[in-house]
Amino acid sequence: MTTVGYPALRRLLDEDAQLVEVLPAEEFAEMHLPGAVNIPLKTLGADTTAGLDRTRPVVVYCWDAL
Amino acid sequence: MSPRAACRLATLGFARVYDYLPGKVDWLARDLPVAGTGADAPTIGRQLRHEVVVAAPDASVADVRARVAASAHGFALVTTPDGVLLGRLRGTHLDAADPETSAGDAMAAGPSTLRPHEPVAAVRERLTGRGLAHAIVTDPDGRLLGTVHTADLA
Repeated sequence: MTTVGYPALRRLLDEDAQLVEVLPAEEFAEMHLPGAVNIPLKTLGADTTAGLDRTRPVVVYCWDAL
Repeated sequence: MSPRAACRLATLGFARVYDYLPGKVDWLARDLPVAGTGADAPTIGRQLRHEVVVAAPDASVADVRARVAASAHGFALVTTPDGVLLGRLRGTHLDAADPETSAGDAMAAGPSTLRPHEPVAAVRERLTGRGLAHAIVTDPDGRLLGTVHTADLA
């Protein structure tokens, strides 16, 4: 796992990376990065990640670094 | 939260996992587009002006003074070549400084800034409460995005 800032995120998105917001569904519904899917941390498992493409990069994010 | 999520994905066998640690707030603070029910909420990022005079640190006060006199605003902002905000030159600075002095030497360094995702109503209240007519807006890297003016926040 690698921590990235915005410049690296931009490069990853150019490589067709998948964005995963791990905040609760209510927060995702209100506002999220374009193209992101929502898999809340509490639900993160083999079944909920089955739709992710394992051949492409996956970038997770929440609200901030705290 | 996201570091734990990234570790969880790695344990599930995902090989290329990255954690955008600065998170959604960093994205919002760069005035980038978002999706969702709150995407159209009024933020100061939608009220930015871009016509304020911007000067390089090595520009002369005489040059900046002339540009400010021809502009709609009584001040200038000083940035690096890649747009990082260094300081502000108010009209009083420009009037008092030696015309041959550089903008970098005459400016007031490190002015306060706002982020573009801040709500219009809260910023309007804060600025009017302090008797301010404008505020400078930058991204998390300190790059100038524009200025916001109370007259635009009605």
